Amino acid sequence: MNIIVCIKQVPNVTKVSWDADGSLIRSGLPTIINPVDKNAIEAALQLKEKHGGKVTVISMGPDQVQEALLEALCMGADDAIQLTDKAFAGADTWATSYTLGVTIEKIGKYDLVITGVEAMDGNTAQVGPQIAEHLGIPLLSYATDIEVSGSTVKIKQKLGDVSRLLEASLPVLITVEKEINEYRVMPIDKILEAFEKDIPVWGADSIPADVVNLGLKGSPTRLRKVFSPKLEKGRVEMLEGTPEDISRQLADKLSAKFLI
Amino acid sequence: MAVKADLTKHKGVWVFAEQRDGRLSTTSLEMVGKGRDLADKLGVTLTCILLGKSVKEPAAELIAYGADRVIVAEHPELAEYRTELYTKIICDQAQIEKPEILIIGATPVGRDLTPRLSFRLNTGCTADCTELDIDPEARLLVSTRPAFGGNVMATIICPEHRPQMSTVRPGVFHVPARDASRKGDISAIEVNIKPEDVNVRVLESSVSEGHCADIQDAEKIIGVGIGASDDVSFAAIREIAGLIGAEIGGTRPCVEKALIDHGVQIGQTGKNIRPELYIACGISGAVQHTTGLSNAKFIVAINKDPNAEIFKFANIGIAGDAKPVLQAFAKELKQRHQEQ
Repeated sequence: MNIIVCIKQVPNVTKVSWDADGSLIRSGLPTIINPVDKNAIEAALQLKEKHGGKVTVISMGPDQVQEALLEALCMGADDAIQLTDKAFAGADTWATSYTLGVTIEKIGKYDLVITGVEAMDGNTAQVGPQIAEHLGIPLLSYATDIEVSGSTVKIKQKLGDVSRLLEASLPVLITVEKEINEYRVMPIDKILEAFEKDIPVWGADSIPADVVNLGLKGSPTRLRKVFSPKLEKGRVEMLEGTPEDISRQLADKLSAKFLI
Repeated sequence: MAVKADLTKHKGVWVFAEQRDGRLSTTSLEMVGKGRDLADKLGVTLTCILLGKSVKEPAAELIAYGADRVIVAEHPELAEYRTELYTKIICDQAQIEKPEILIIGATPVGRDLTPRLSFRLNTGCTADCTELDIDPEARLLVSTRPAFGGNVMATIICPEHRPQMSTVRPGVFHVPARDASRKGDISAIEVNIKPEDVNVRVLESSVSEGHCADIQDAEKIIGVGIGASDDVSFAAIREIAGLIGAEIGGTRPCVEKALIDHGVQIGQTGKNIRPELYIACGISGAVQHTTGLSNAKFIVAINKDPNAEIFKFANIGIAGDAKPVLQAFAKELKQRHQEQ
């Protein structure tokens, strides 16, 4: 079974800090593989271990995206392909999905494409479903379990408060939730193998893409402005005293406002 | 993108209305309210598109809540939501009627469906917006969404492709007033589903057992954070919630600890809330959480770090360990209840 996993390298937004003016400090943020994309890699590796085949990981981004792909190889992926080109820069989800979709077509034979549900920096959850549309294959989203038998795949889907069991014929694209598995610690032998491997870099010329669909030029959406969310600084009244004193004051104040 | 839209040919605002077993989701009604506002600003009609097995009754409700027109697609195969079936019907109709705007609630179904729609329609989609408005000069939809993990807000437009699409986070907009006397047009479209259109089979479907409070509509909410996630504090929180009639929600780490359900997670990847009273317990106030609080009217914050961000949002602050404060507050409230 041939599985393609799409991953994204993201700034570690949980490490964000603010300067004295309340602006976001962006520089020097460490980058990581989007955490749920590691669950996607893990899901692919587990399926390969069960059914045989090959796991190929692809990622679009600047030069440093190679670090993320190397990490994927260290986890046990067979191949990695890096998509880096100035022409890809500034892509919104439409152009990103197009680029990844065309790349998958170029790779050719695949049974499954797996992505994480969403990236922790953009949180759009759009790229997986859009790749499925580009490829014209069914989307099985929000997977918390995957089971393949023969040419049939079943997933458990967490659709908000509804749990479903879905079935489709391969090939399909699956987006996984983090509950699906605990991703592995990189095994030593795979780390050693990974450093022997070459990560090819594909640019716009390497894939059968129509250049007008790439990068900023290919993106239907435009960023008009970015701003820091306003902190609604109310004048906070701090209560002091023992827990009992504080509780009395709090209960009095809330009753006076008819809130309790 | 190769194909840009002929902008003059696109007119009208569309809302995808989501229903389950004939019941409209609250988010759909919120979308109708916002769609009405956008349509009025543009001077165009508001159309809802509603798919399901038997949905004439909810279609009439959509008119009562503000739609001018409802396109109804009924078929037994549409009872269970499936991405490709829904995509085909909505896209085919959108290609015929050419709306200028299509908005959808960012529910699990909406977030699954919308990207596929936008890709097939060759247009952009702004996900999980918290604000939608019209730029009257350019007649453009202006969508605002949190980005970068909620650390910044981004304003996004889609100037050359139609329809302009956005999904909106549940709980951001109000459900409009219902007016049963409103008149509108309900038109059913013919639905042809061939066997080859059905690529995904739903073998089982069940609503989760775990009680999941509808936190978006709650008037009082107690939020639990890691600083109040120990057994004693949580027991006190439950007691307080029972005494004052509050729902319990919380931060993502508490969901990850399985203390609370994901359905009651507040903030960036959870719900937006708008209670009269919010009591934040052991919550430091990371932006990922506080973006969900912008519509909370009165906020009480208890946190051991006097410099915690949460105090910038609070009306009343208590700098101290959550556990003893919560225990004492539960006791105080119980006493007052008994005295009444």
